Amino acid sequence: MGLTRSEVENIAHLARLAIGPEEIPVYVKNLSRILDFVRQLEAVDTRGVQPMAHPLAVNQRLRPDEITEHDEHSRYQTNAPLVDAGLYLVPKVID
Amino acid sequence: MRKLSPSGDSAVERGFRTINMHTKTLTELSRSLRRREFSAEELARHCLDRIARHDPQLNCFITVTEALALEQARAADRAIAAGEGGPLAGVPIAHKDIFCTRGVKTSCGSRMLDNFVAPYDATVVERLAAAGCVLIGKTNMDEFAMGSSNENSWYGPVHNPWNRDCVPGGSSGGSAAAVAARLVSAATGTDTGGSIRQPAALTGLTGVKPTYGRVSRYGMIAFASSLDQAGVLAQTAEDAARLVGAMAGFDPRDSTCVDAPVPDYAAQLEEGVNGLRIGVPREYFDARLDAGVRALIEEALALYRKLGAHTVDVSLPAVPLSVPAYYVVAPAEASSNLARYDGVRYGYRCSDPKDLLDLYTRTRGEGFGAEVKRRIMTGTYVLSAGYFDAYYLKAQQLRQLIADDFARAFREVDVVVGPTSPTPAFTLGAKTDDPITMYLNDIYTIAANLAGLPAISIPCGLVKGLPTGLQIIGPPFAESRLFSAAHAYQRETDWHLRRPSGYE
Repeated sequence: MGLTRSEVENIAHLARLAIGPEEIPVYVKNLSRILDFVRQLEAVDTRGVQPMAHPLAVNQRLRPDEITEHDEHSRYQTNAPLVDAGLYLVPKVID
Repeated sequence: MRKLSPSGDSAVERGFRTINMHTKTLTELSRSLRRREFSAEELARHCLDRIARHDPQLNCFITVTEALALEQARAADRAIAAGEGGPLAGVPIAHKDIFCTRGVKTSCGSRMLDNFVAPYDATVVERLAAAGCVLIGKTNMDEFAMGSSNENSWYGPVHNPWNRDCVPGGSSGGSAAAVAARLVSAATGTDTGGSIRQPAALTGLTGVKPTYGRVSRYGMIAFASSLDQAGVLAQTAEDAARLVGAMAGFDPRDSTCVDAPVPDYAAQLEEGVNGLRIGVPREYFDARLDAGVRALIEEALALYRKLGAHTVDVSLPAVPLSVPAYYVVAPAEASSNLARYDGVRYGYRCSDPKDLLDLYTRTRGEGFGAEVKRRIMTGTYVLSAGYFDAYYLKAQQLRQLIADDFARAFREVDVVVGPTSPTPAFTLGAKTDDPITMYLNDIYTIAANLAGLPAISIPCGLVKGLPTGLQIIGPPFAESRLFSAAHAYQRETDWHLRRPSGYE
Protein backbone atom coordinates (compact mmCIF):
# COMPACT_ATOMS: atom_id res chain seq x y z
CA MET A 1 0.00 0.00 0.00
CA GLY A 2 1.61 3.22 -1.15
CA LEU A 3 1.11 6.73 0.16
CA THR A 4 -0.43 9.33 -2.12
CA ARG A 5 1.08 12.68 -2.95
CA SER A 6 -1.48 14.52 -0.85
CA GLU A 7 -0.87 12.21 2.14
CA VAL A 8 2.84 13.02 1.97
CA GLU A 9 2.06 16.74 1.73
CA ASN A 10 -0.15 16.40 4.80
CA ILE A 11 2.56 14.55 6.77
CA ALA A 12 5.07 17.25 5.82
CA HIS A 13 2.66 19.90 7.02
CA LEU A 14 2.06 18.11 10.34
CA ALA A 15 5.85 17.79 10.80
CA ARG A 16 6.33 21.46 9.85
CA LEU A 17 8.72 20.60 7.01
CA ALA A 18 8.79 22.62 3.79
CA ILE A 19 9.33 20.12 0.97
CA GLY A 20 9.88 21.34 -2.58
CA PRO A 21 7.36 20.13 -5.19
CA GLU A 22 10.13 18.31 -7.07
CA GLU A 23 11.09 16.38 -3.90
CA ILE A 24 7.56 15.12 -3.19
CA PRO A 25 7.67 12.12 -5.58
CA VAL A 26 10.94 10.96 -3.94
CA TYR A 27 9.32 11.07 -0.50
CA VAL A 28 6.20 9.33 -1.82
CA LYS A 29 8.38 6.48 -3.07
CA ASN A 30 10.71 6.20 -0.06
CA LEU A 31 8.07 6.59 2.65
CA SER A 32 5.85 4.02 0.91
CA ARG A 33 8.80 1.60 0.84
CA ILE A 34 9.53 2.20 4.54
CA LEU A 35 5.89 1.71 5.57
CA ASP A 36 5.62 -1.48 3.50
CA PHE A 37 8.77 -2.71 5.21
CA VAL A 38 7.53 -2.04 8.75
CA ARG A 39 4.15 -3.67 7.95
CA GLN A 40 5.93 -7.03 8.33
CA LEU A 41 5.03 -6.58 11.99
CA GLU A 42 1.34 -7.13 11.17
CA ALA A 43 2.02 -10.83 10.60
CA VAL A 44 3.01 -11.39 14.24
CA ASP A 45 0.39 -12.46 16.76
CA THR A 46 0.86 -10.08 19.69
CA ARG A 47 -2.43 -10.68 21.48
CA GLY A 48 -1.91 -10.38 25.21
CA VAL A 49 1.62 -8.94 24.92
CA GLN A 50 2.16 -5.82 27.01
CA PRO A 51 3.75 -3.05 24.95
CA MET A 52 7.19 -2.31 26.39
CA ALA A 53 7.20 0.81 28.55
CA HIS A 54 10.86 0.72 29.60
CA PRO A 55 13.66 -1.62 28.46
CA LEU A 56 14.63 -2.44 32.04
CA ALA A 57 11.08 -2.40 33.42
CA VAL A 58 11.92 0.28 35.96
CA ASN A 59 9.77 3.19 36.97
CA GLN A 60 10.60 6.77 36.20
CA ARG A 61 12.54 8.31 39.06
CA LEU A 62 10.92 11.30 40.75
CA ARG A 63 12.66 14.20 42.40
CA PRO A 64 11.52 16.78 44.94
CA ASP A 65 9.85 19.80 43.34
CA GLU A 66 12.66 22.20 44.18
CA ILE A 67 14.35 24.91 42.16
CA THR A 68 17.77 23.66 41.07
CA GLU A 69 18.47 25.93 38.09
CA HIS A 70 19.48 29.55 38.20
CA ASP A 71 18.76 32.19 35.58
CA GLU A 72 21.29 32.09 32.74
CA HIS A 73 19.09 33.34 29.94
CA SER A 74 21.61 35.84 28.62
CA ARG A 75 24.21 33.09 28.16
CA TYR A 76 21.73 30.76 26.51
CA GLN A 77 20.40 33.52 24.28
CA THR A 78 23.80 34.05 22.66
CA ASN A 79 22.74 31.08 20.47
CA ALA A 80 19.39 32.63 19.52
CA PRO A 81 18.89 33.92 15.97
CA LEU A 82 17.02 37.07 17.11
CA VAL A 83 16.54 38.50 20.60
CA ASP A 84 15.70 41.88 22.05
CA ALA A 85 15.66 42.82 25.73
CA GLY A 86 15.86 39.16 26.75
CA LEU A 87 12.96 38.16 24.50
CA TYR A 88 13.07 35.78 21.54
CA LEU A 89 11.74 37.53 18.44
CA VAL A 90 9.51 35.78 15.90
CA PRO A 91 7.37 37.09 13.03
CA LYS A 92 4.18 38.81 14.10
CA VAL A 93 1.60 36.22 15.23
CA ILE A 94 -1.49 38.41 15.88
CA ASP A 95 -2.51 41.16 13.47
CA MET B 1 61.83 -0.20 35.67
CA ARG B 2 64.00 2.42 34.02
CA LYS B 3 63.22 5.88 35.28
CA LEU B 4 63.25 8.65 32.73
CA SER B 5 63.07 12.34 33.32
CA PRO B 6 61.78 14.70 30.64
CA SER B 7 65.21 16.29 30.19
CA GLY B 8 67.54 13.45 31.14
CA ASP B 9 67.84 11.78 27.74
CA SER B 10 69.16 12.71 24.35
CA ALA B 11 67.09 14.31 21.61
CA VAL B 12 67.57 11.20 19.48
CA GLU B 13 66.31 8.87 22.19
CA ARG B 14 63.37 11.14 22.79
CA GLY B 15 62.61 11.49 19.09
CA PHE B 16 62.61 7.73 18.71
CA ARG B 17 60.15 7.38 21.56
CA THR B 18 57.78 10.11 20.48
CA ILE B 19 57.57 9.31 16.76
CA ASN B 20 55.41 6.21 17.38
CA MET B 21 53.25 7.48 20.23
CA HIS B 22 50.09 6.92 18.20
CA THR B 23 50.79 3.17 17.96
CA LYS B 24 50.21 2.77 21.69
CA THR B 25 46.87 1.86 23.17
CA LEU B 26 45.21 4.23 25.60
CA THR B 27 46.29 2.02 28.51
CA GLU B 28 49.92 2.07 27.29
CA LEU B 29 49.83 5.83 26.73
CA SER B 30 48.55 6.37 30.23
CA ARG B 31 51.44 4.29 31.62
CA SER B 32 54.05 6.06 29.44
CA LEU B 33 52.78 9.46 30.53
CA ARG B 34 53.05 8.48 34.19
CA ARG B 35 56.62 7.31 33.58
CA ARG B 36 57.33 10.62 31.83
CA GLU B 37 58.53 8.88 28.68
CA PHE B 38 56.90 11.79 26.88
CA SER B 39 54.67 14.64 27.92
CA ALA B 40 50.94 15.04 27.34
CA GLU B 41 51.73 18.18 25.36
CA GLU B 42 54.08 16.27 23.03
CA LEU B 43 51.39 13.64 22.63
CA ALA B 44 48.67 16.21 21.89
CA ARG B 45 50.91 17.93 19.32
CA HIS B 46 51.62 14.56 17.72
CA CYS B 47 47.87 13.91 17.37
CA LEU B 48 47.30 17.40 15.94
CA ASP B 49 50.12 16.82 13.42
CA ARG B 50 48.61 13.52 12.34
CA ILE B 51 45.20 15.15 11.96
CA ALA B 52 46.72 17.91 9.81
CA ARG B 53 48.38 15.25 7.64
CA HIS B 54 45.59 12.66 7.34
CA ASP B 55 42.24 14.29 8.05
CA PRO B 56 41.96 16.13 4.70
CA GLN B 57 41.60 12.66 3.11
CA LEU B 58 39.42 11.10 5.84
CA ASN B 59 37.14 13.96 7.03
CA CYS B 60 36.88 12.55 10.57
CA PHE B 61 36.71 15.89 12.35
CA ILE B 62 34.10 18.63 12.27
CA THR B 63 36.08 20.70 14.79
CA VAL B 64 39.70 20.35 15.95
CA THR B 65 40.06 21.92 19.39
CA GLU B 66 43.77 22.68 19.15
CA ALA B 67 44.04 25.47 21.74
CA LEU B 68 41.89 23.61 24.25
CA ALA B 69 43.85 20.38 23.66
CA LEU B 70 47.19 22.05 24.36
CA GLU B 71 45.82 23.81 27.43
CA GLN B 72 44.37 20.55 28.82
CA ALA B 73 47.59 18.68 27.96
CA ARG B 74 49.74 21.19 29.84
CA ALA B 75 47.39 20.93 32.82
CA ALA B 76 47.74 17.13 32.67
CA ASP B 77 51.54 17.46 32.58
CA ARG B 78 51.49 19.67 35.66
CA ALA B 79 49.19 17.23 37.46
CA ILE B 80 51.37 14.24 36.55
CA ALA B 81 54.50 16.09 37.66
CA ALA B 82 52.83 16.77 41.00
CA GLY B 83 51.93 13.09 41.34
CA GLU B 84 48.26 13.94 40.85
CA GLY B 85 45.80 13.87 37.97
CA GLY B 86 42.99 11.52 37.08
CA PRO B 87 43.43 7.91 35.94
CA LEU B 88 43.48 8.95 32.27
CA ALA B 89 45.59 12.10 32.70
CA GLY B 90 46.95 13.35 29.38
CA VAL B 91 45.32 10.75 27.14
CA PRO B 92 44.07 12.26 23.84
CA ILE B 93 40.47 11.52 22.88
CA ALA B 94 37.78 12.90 20.59
CA HIS B 95 34.07 13.34 21.23
CA LYS B 96 31.38 12.57 18.73
CA ASP B 97 29.85 15.92 17.79
CA ILE B 98 26.59 14.88 19.49
CA PHE B 99 28.02 15.63 22.96
CA CYS B 100 27.70 19.23 24.13
CA THR B 101 31.06 20.83 24.85
CA ARG B 102 30.95 24.20 26.56
CA GLY B 103 32.26 26.99 24.33
CA VAL B 104 32.85 24.60 21.41
CA LYS B 105 30.61 24.16 18.36
CA THR B 106 28.33 21.12 18.72
CA SER B 107 26.70 20.46 15.34
CA CYS B 108 25.32 16.90 15.54
CA GLY B 109 26.39 16.64 11.89
CA SER B 110 23.56 18.99 10.89
CA ARG B 111 23.20 22.32 9.14
CA MET B 112 20.54 22.94 11.81
CA LEU B 113 23.23 23.22 14.52
CA ASP B 114 26.13 24.45 12.38
CA ASN B 115 26.13 27.72 14.36
CA PHE B 116 25.45 26.17 17.78
CA VAL B 117 28.06 26.70 20.48
CA ALA B 118 27.07 24.57 23.46
CA PRO B 119 26.56 26.58 26.66
CA TYR B 120 27.37 23.61 28.91
CA ASP B 121 29.26 20.31 28.98
CA ALA B 122 27.58 16.90 28.66
CA THR B 123 28.11 14.69 31.73
CA VAL B 124 30.25 12.34 29.59
CA VAL B 125 32.45 15.29 28.60
CA GLU B 126 32.69 16.47 32.19
CA ARG B 127 33.59 13.02 33.53
CA LEU B 128 36.25 12.24 30.94
CA ALA B 129 37.78 15.69 31.48
CA ALA B 130 37.81 15.02 35.23
CA ALA B 131 39.60 11.71 34.56
CA GLY B 132 42.28 13.75 32.77
CA CYS B 133 41.47 13.09 29.09
CA VAL B 134 42.63 15.72 26.61
CA LEU B 135 39.98 16.72 24.05
CA ILE B 136 41.51 16.85 20.56
CA GLY B 137 38.33 17.52 18.62
CA LYS B 138 34.72 16.75 17.72
CA THR B 139 34.07 14.01 15.22
CA ASN B 140 31.94 13.80 12.11
CA MET B 141 28.74 11.75 12.20
CA ASP B 142 25.53 11.02 10.36
CA GLU B 143 23.15 13.92 10.89
CA PHE B 144 21.45 13.54 14.30
CA ALA B 145 23.00 10.03 14.42
CA MET B 146 20.64 8.77 11.71
CA GLY B 147 22.59 6.53 9.36
CA SER B 148 24.88 3.53 9.02
CA SER B 149 27.51 4.93 6.66
CA ASN B 150 28.29 8.49 7.74
CA GLU B 151 27.07 9.64 4.33
CA ASN B 152 24.25 11.70 5.89
CA SER B 153 26.51 14.37 7.39
CA TRP B 154 26.12 18.05 6.47
CA TYR B 155 29.94 18.09 6.59
CA GLY B 156 30.37 15.40 3.95
CA PRO B 157 31.13 11.69 4.20
CA VAL B 158 33.94 10.13 6.26
CA HIS B 159 36.32 7.76 4.48
CA ASN B 160 37.38 4.42 5.92
CA PRO B 161 41.16 4.39 6.53
CA TRP B 162 41.28 0.70 5.52
CA ASN B 163 40.06 1.68 2.06
CA ARG B 164 39.16 5.27 1.40
CA ASP B 165 36.59 4.29 -1.25
CA CYS B 166 34.60 2.59 1.52
CA VAL B 167 32.37 3.95 4.27
CA PRO B 168 33.52 3.71 7.90
CA GLY B 169 30.00 2.81 9.04
CA GLY B 170 27.81 5.08 11.08
CA SER B 171 26.55 6.98 12.72
CA SER B 172 29.76 7.32 14.79
CA GLY B 173 31.82 7.16 11.57
CA GLY B 174 34.17 10.06 12.35
CA SER B 175 35.02 8.61 15.76
CA ALA B 176 35.66 5.19 14.18
CA ALA B 177 37.88 6.46 11.35
CA ALA B 178 39.82 8.79 13.70
CA VAL B 179 40.72 5.95 16.07
CA ALA B 180 41.34 3.43 13.27
CA ALA B 181 43.80 5.87 11.65
CA ARG B 182 45.32 6.46 15.12
CA LEU B 183 44.64 10.20 15.01
CA VAL B 184 43.41 9.87 18.61
CA SER B 185 43.67 6.92 20.98
CA ALA B 186 39.92 6.55 21.55
CA ALA B 187 36.67 8.39 20.93
CA THR B 188 33.17 8.55 22.29
CA GLY B 189 30.15 7.44 20.30
CA THR B 190 26.44 6.91 20.72
CA ASP B 191 24.47 3.82 19.81
CA THR B 192 20.73 3.90 19.08
CA GLY B 193 20.60 0.94 16.67
CA GLY B 194 24.26 -0.02 16.23
CA SER B 195 25.96 3.34 15.75
CA ILE B 196 28.99 2.40 17.87
CA ARG B 197 29.27 -1.33 17.15
CA GLN B 198 28.78 -1.28 13.36
CA PRO B 199 31.44 1.41 12.66
CA ALA B 200 33.76 -0.31 15.17
CA ALA B 201 33.33 -3.55 13.19
CA LEU B 202 33.91 -1.84 9.84
CA THR B 203 37.11 -0.10 11.00
CA GLY B 204 38.71 -2.83 13.15
CA LEU B 205 37.97 -1.35 16.58
CA THR B 206 36.52 -2.38 19.90
CA GLY B 207 33.18 -0.62 20.34
CA VAL B 208 30.92 -0.88 23.34
CA LYS B 209 27.31 0.08 23.89
CA PRO B 210 26.62 -0.12 27.62
CA THR B 211 23.27 -1.07 29.20
CA TYR B 212 20.45 1.44 28.70
CA GLY B 213 20.78 3.94 31.55
CA ARG B 214 24.37 2.98 32.50
CA VAL B 215 25.89 6.23 31.17
CA SER B 216 24.30 9.63 31.61
CA ARG B 217 22.82 11.22 28.52
CA TYR B 218 22.74 14.73 29.93
CA GLY B 219 24.09 16.99 27.19
CA MET B 220 23.91 14.24 24.55
CA ILE B 221 21.65 15.44 21.75
CA ALA B 222 18.54 13.24 21.71
CA PHE B 223 17.52 11.03 18.79
CA ALA B 224 15.36 8.16 20.14
CA SER B 225 15.19 8.43 23.90
CA SER B 226 14.14 4.85 24.71
CA LEU B 227 17.15 3.52 22.76
CA ASP B 228 20.03 6.07 22.85
CA GLN B 229 23.10 5.19 24.89
CA ALA B 230 26.62 6.62 25.04
CA GLY B 231 29.73 4.47 24.75
CA VAL B 232 33.20 4.34 23.24
CA LEU B 233 35.26 3.23 20.27
CA ALA B 234 38.73 2.14 21.35
CA GLN B 235 41.61 -0.08 20.30
CA THR B 236 41.23 -2.76 22.95
CA ALA B 237 38.70 -4.11 25.43
CA GLU B 238 41.05 -2.94 28.18
CA ASP B 239 40.96 0.65 26.85
CA ALA B 240 37.19 0.50 26.50
CA ALA B 241 36.82 -0.83 30.07
CA ARG B 242 38.83 2.10 31.45
CA LEU B 243 36.84 4.66 29.48
CA VAL B 244 33.39 3.25 30.26
CA GLY B 245 34.44 3.01 33.91
CA ALA B 246 35.21 6.72 33.84
CA MET B 247 31.99 7.65 32.00
CA ALA B 248 29.40 5.49 33.76
CA GLY B 249 27.49 6.19 36.92
CA PHE B 250 24.48 7.92 38.33
CA ASP B 251 23.65 11.45 37.26
CA PRO B 252 20.66 13.25 38.75
CA ARG B 253 20.45 15.40 35.60
CA ASP B 254 19.39 12.42 33.44
CA SER B 255 16.12 10.91 34.66
CA THR B 256 16.80 7.65 32.76
CA CYS B 257 20.25 7.18 34.30
CA VAL B 258 20.35 4.16 36.59
CA ASP B 259 21.47 4.56 40.20
CA ALA B 260 23.63 1.44 40.52
CA PRO B 261 27.30 1.18 41.54
CA VAL B 262 29.87 1.00 38.71
CA PRO B 263 32.13 -2.04 39.04
CA ASP B 264 35.88 -1.65 38.49
CA TYR B 265 35.77 -3.01 34.93
CA ALA B 266 39.54 -2.86 34.41
CA ALA B 267 40.17 -4.86 37.60
CA GLN B 268 37.88 -7.66 36.36
CA LEU B 269 39.42 -7.99 32.89
CA GLU B 270 41.34 -11.18 33.65
CA GLU B 271 38.29 -13.23 34.67
CA GLY B 272 38.77 -15.37 31.56
CA VAL B 273 36.19 -17.48 29.73
CA ASN B 274 36.75 -20.90 31.27
CA GLY B 275 33.26 -22.32 31.76
CA LEU B 276 31.59 -19.36 30.07
CA ARG B 277 28.34 -20.41 28.38
CA ILE B 278 28.10 -18.78 24.97
CA GLY B 279 24.73 -18.75 23.20
CA VAL B 280 24.93 -18.83 19.42
CA PRO B 281 21.61 -17.61 18.00
CA ARG B 282 20.71 -19.30 14.72
CA GLU B 283 18.89 -16.11 13.63
CA TYR B 284 22.28 -14.36 13.43
CA PHE B 285 23.56 -16.79 10.79
CA ASP B 286 20.93 -16.19 8.11
CA ALA B 287 21.24 -15.85 4.34
CA ARG B 288 22.21 -12.18 4.61
CA LEU B 289 25.46 -13.00 6.40
CA ASP B 290 28.52 -12.75 4.14
CA ALA B 291 30.29 -16.13 3.83
CA GLY B 292 33.67 -14.63 4.70
CA VAL B 293 32.30 -12.97 7.84
CA ARG B 294 30.55 -16.21 8.85
CA ALA B 295 33.81 -18.18 8.57
CA LEU B 296 35.61 -15.69 10.85
CA ILE B 297 32.82 -15.76 13.45
CA GLU B 298 32.99 -19.57 13.49
CA GLU B 299 36.77 -19.40 13.95
CA ALA B 300 36.32 -17.04 16.87
CA LEU B 301 33.77 -19.41 18.46
CA ALA B 302 36.25 -22.27 18.02
CA LEU B 303 38.90 -20.22 19.80
CA TYR B 304 36.51 -19.54 22.69
CA ARG B 305 35.88 -23.28 23.00
CA LYS B 306 39.64 -23.85 23.07
CA LEU B 307 39.83 -21.38 25.95
CA GLY B 308 37.29 -23.38 27.93
CA ALA B 309 33.98 -21.79 26.96
CA HIS B 310 30.95 -23.85 25.94
CA THR B 311 28.89 -22.88 22.92
CA VAL B 312 25.18 -23.62 22.93
CA ASP B 313 22.66 -23.10 20.13
CA VAL B 314 19.94 -20.68 21.16
CA SER B 315 16.94 -19.29 19.36
CA LEU B 316 15.71 -15.69 19.42
CA PRO B 317 12.63 -16.08 17.20
CA ALA B 318 11.39 -12.45 17.37
CA VAL B 319 14.79 -10.92 16.64
CA PRO B 320 14.49 -11.03 12.81
CA LEU B 321 11.70 -8.45 13.21
CA SER B 322 13.90 -6.05 15.13
CA VAL B 323 14.62 -3.85 12.10
CA PRO B 324 10.97 -3.15 11.22
CA ALA B 325 10.13 -2.64 14.93
CA TYR B 326 13.04 -0.20 15.21
CA TYR B 327 11.92 1.76 12.14
CA VAL B 328 8.65 2.49 13.89
CA VAL B 329 9.96 3.25 17.39
CA ALA B 330 13.07 5.26 16.47
CA PRO B 331 11.42 7.59 13.90
CA ALA B 332 8.43 8.09 16.22
CA GLU B 333 10.69 9.24 19.04
CA ALA B 334 12.87 11.24 16.64
CA SER B 335 9.89 13.13 15.25
CA SER B 336 9.04 14.15 18.79
CA ASN B 337 12.62 14.95 19.91
CA LEU B 338 13.42 16.96 16.80
CA ALA B 339 10.29 19.12 17.16
CA ARG B 340 12.49 21.40 19.29
CA TYR B 341 14.34 22.71 16.22
CA ASP B 342 12.03 25.57 15.38
CA GLY B 343 14.38 28.42 14.45
CA VAL B 344 13.46 30.41 17.56
CA ARG B 345 15.84 29.67 20.44
CA TYR B 346 18.99 28.35 18.81
CA GLY B 347 20.28 26.83 15.60
CA TYR B 348 19.48 27.60 12.00
CA ARG B 349 16.78 30.10 11.01
CA CYS B 350 15.59 30.61 7.42
CA SER B 351 15.94 34.09 5.97
CA ASP B 352 13.01 36.55 5.84
CA PRO B 353 10.21 34.37 7.26
CA LYS B 354 6.87 35.89 6.27
CA ASP B 355 4.92 34.41 9.20
CA LEU B 356 5.40 31.92 12.02
CA LEU B 357 4.41 28.87 9.96
CA ASP B 358 6.82 29.91 7.23
CA LEU B 359 9.55 30.32 9.87
CA TYR B 360 8.99 26.79 11.19
CA THR B 361 8.60 24.98 7.89
CA ARG B 362 11.41 26.62 5.94
CA THR B 363 13.82 26.53 8.90
CA ARG B 364 13.21 22.79 9.24
CA GLY B 365 13.00 22.10 5.51
CA GLU B 366 16.34 23.86 4.90
CA GLY B 367 18.07 22.92 8.19
CA PHE B 368 17.51 19.14 8.06
CA GLY B 369 18.96 16.75 5.47
CA ALA B 370 17.02 14.15 3.46
CA GLU B 371 17.36 11.15 5.83
CA VAL B 372 16.40 13.18 8.90
CA LYS B 373 13.32 14.49 7.08
CA ARG B 374 12.40 10.94 6.03
CA ARG B 375 12.55 9.77 9.61
CA ILE B 376 10.62 12.74 10.98
CA MET B 377 7.91 12.10 8.40
CA THR B 378 7.84 8.34 9.09
CA GLY B 379 7.55 9.11 12.80
CA THR B 380 4.86 11.72 12.25
CA TYR B 381 2.84 9.23 10.19
CA VAL B 382 3.06 6.30 12.62
CA LEU B 383 2.08 8.53 15.54
CA SER B 384 -0.80 10.23 13.73
CA ALA B 385 -4.42 9.70 14.74
CA GLY B 386 -5.74 6.32 13.66
CA TYR B 387 -2.33 4.75 13.08
CA PHE B 388 -0.80 4.79 16.57
CA ASP B 389 -2.08 1.34 17.64
CA ALA B 390 -1.25 -0.33 14.33
CA TYR B 391 2.34 0.88 14.28
CA TYR B 392 3.70 2.22 17.55
CA LEU B 393 1.90 -0.05 20.02
CA LYS B 394 2.52 -3.05 17.76
CA ALA B 395 6.24 -2.22 17.58
CA GLN B 396 6.44 -1.85 21.36
CA GLN B 397 4.81 -5.29 21.70
CA LEU B 398 7.42 -6.72 19.32
CA ARG B 399 10.05 -5.07 21.43
CA GLN B 400 8.75 -6.88 24.48
CA LEU B 401 8.86 -10.20 22.60
CA ILE B 402 12.49 -9.50 21.61
CA ALA B 403 13.41 -8.65 25.21
CA ASP B 404 11.64 -11.88 26.35
CA ASP B 405 13.69 -13.89 23.81
CA PHE B 406 16.93 -12.59 25.32
CA ALA B 407 15.70 -13.06 28.90
CA ARG B 408 14.90 -16.70 28.06
CA ALA B 409 18.32 -17.20 26.44
CA PHE B 410 20.12 -15.68 29.43
CA ARG B 411 18.58 -18.31 31.70
CA GLU B 412 20.78 -20.85 29.87
CA VAL B 413 23.81 -18.86 28.71
CA ASP B 414 26.03 -16.06 30.01
CA VAL B 415 26.45 -14.16 26.74
CA VAL B 416 25.10 -14.29 23.20
CA VAL B 417 27.67 -14.14 20.40
CA GLY B 418 27.33 -13.50 16.67
CA PRO B 419 28.41 -11.15 13.91
CA THR B 420 28.15 -7.38 14.36
CA SER B 421 27.46 -6.53 10.74
CA PRO B 422 26.42 -8.81 7.85
CA THR B 423 29.25 -7.58 5.58
CA PRO B 424 32.54 -5.71 5.79
CA ALA B 425 32.62 -2.02 4.81
CA PHE B 426 30.83 -1.23 1.55
CA THR B 427 31.69 1.35 -1.12
CA LEU B 428 30.64 4.98 -0.68
CA GLY B 429 27.37 5.57 -2.51
CA ALA B 430 26.55 1.85 -2.82
CA LYS B 431 23.46 1.97 -0.58
CA THR B 432 22.35 5.60 -0.67
CA ASP B 433 19.52 5.13 -3.18
CA ASP B 434 17.43 2.75 -1.12
CA PRO B 435 16.79 3.45 2.57
CA ILE B 436 15.75 -0.16 3.32
CA THR B 437 19.05 -1.59 2.03
CA MET B 438 20.87 0.86 4.28
CA TYR B 439 18.64 0.05 7.30
CA LEU B 440 19.43 -3.67 6.96
CA ASN B 441 23.10 -3.03 7.84
CA ASP B 442 21.91 -3.02 11.43
CA ILE B 443 20.05 -6.37 11.46
CA TYR B 444 22.38 -7.84 14.09
CA THR B 445 22.84 -4.76 16.28
CA ILE B 446 19.35 -3.30 16.72
CA ALA B 447 17.94 -6.02 19.00
CA ALA B 448 20.33 -5.08 21.83
CA ASN B 449 19.02 -1.51 21.72
CA LEU B 450 15.38 -2.60 21.65
CA ALA B 451 15.99 -4.79 24.72
CA GLY B 452 18.27 -2.26 26.49
CA LEU B 453 21.19 -4.73 26.66
CA PRO B 454 24.94 -4.07 26.73
CA ALA B 455 26.94 -5.27 23.72
CA ILE B 456 30.49 -5.06 22.46
CA SER B 457 32.03 -5.50 19.00
CA ILE B 458 35.63 -6.67 18.64
CA PRO B 459 37.74 -7.18 15.52
CA CYS B 460 37.91 -10.87 14.52
CA GLY B 461 39.71 -10.90 11.17
CA LEU B 462 39.85 -9.43 7.70
CA VAL B 463 37.67 -10.23 4.69
CA LYS B 464 39.38 -9.12 1.48
CA GLY B 465 41.55 -6.78 3.53
CA LEU B 466 38.64 -5.20 5.43
CA PRO B 467 37.93 -5.61 9.17
CA THR B 468 35.08 -7.71 10.54
CA GLY B 469 33.42 -7.56 13.96
CA LEU B 470 32.36 -10.20 16.47
CA GLN B 471 29.50 -9.09 18.68
CA ILE B 472 29.04 -10.17 22.30
CA ILE B 473 25.70 -9.30 23.93
CA GLY B 474 25.10 -9.65 27.67
CA PRO B 475 22.27 -9.34 30.18
CA PRO B 476 21.64 -5.88 31.70
CA PHE B 477 24.68 -4.52 33.60
CA ALA B 478 26.95 -7.42 32.54
CA GLU B 479 29.51 -5.03 31.03
CA SER B 480 32.30 -6.65 33.09
CA ARG B 481 31.55 -10.02 31.51
CA LEU B 482 31.66 -8.50 28.02
CA PHE B 483 34.98 -6.77 28.69
CA SER B 484 36.61 -9.88 30.15
CA ALA B 485 35.30 -12.12 27.32
CA ALA B 486 36.59 -9.62 24.74
CA HIS B 487 39.90 -9.28 26.58
CA ALA B 488 40.35 -13.08 26.69
CA TYR B 489 39.99 -13.13 22.87
CA GLN B 490 42.37 -10.20 22.43
CA ARG B 491 45.05 -11.92 24.52
CA GLU B 492 45.06 -14.76 21.99
CA THR B 493 44.72 -12.75 18.76
CA ASP B 494 46.20 -9.61 17.28
CA TRP B 495 43.37 -8.41 14.99
CA HIS B 496 42.76 -5.47 17.32
CA LEU B 497 46.37 -4.32 16.92
CA ARG B 498 46.34 -4.29 13.09
CA ARG B 499 46.55 -0.82 11.62
CA PRO B 500 45.44 0.21 8.13
CA SER B 501 48.33 0.75 5.73
CA GLY B 502 49.26 4.39 5.30
CA TYR B 503 48.44 5.11 8.95
CA GLU B 504 51.08 2.98 10.66
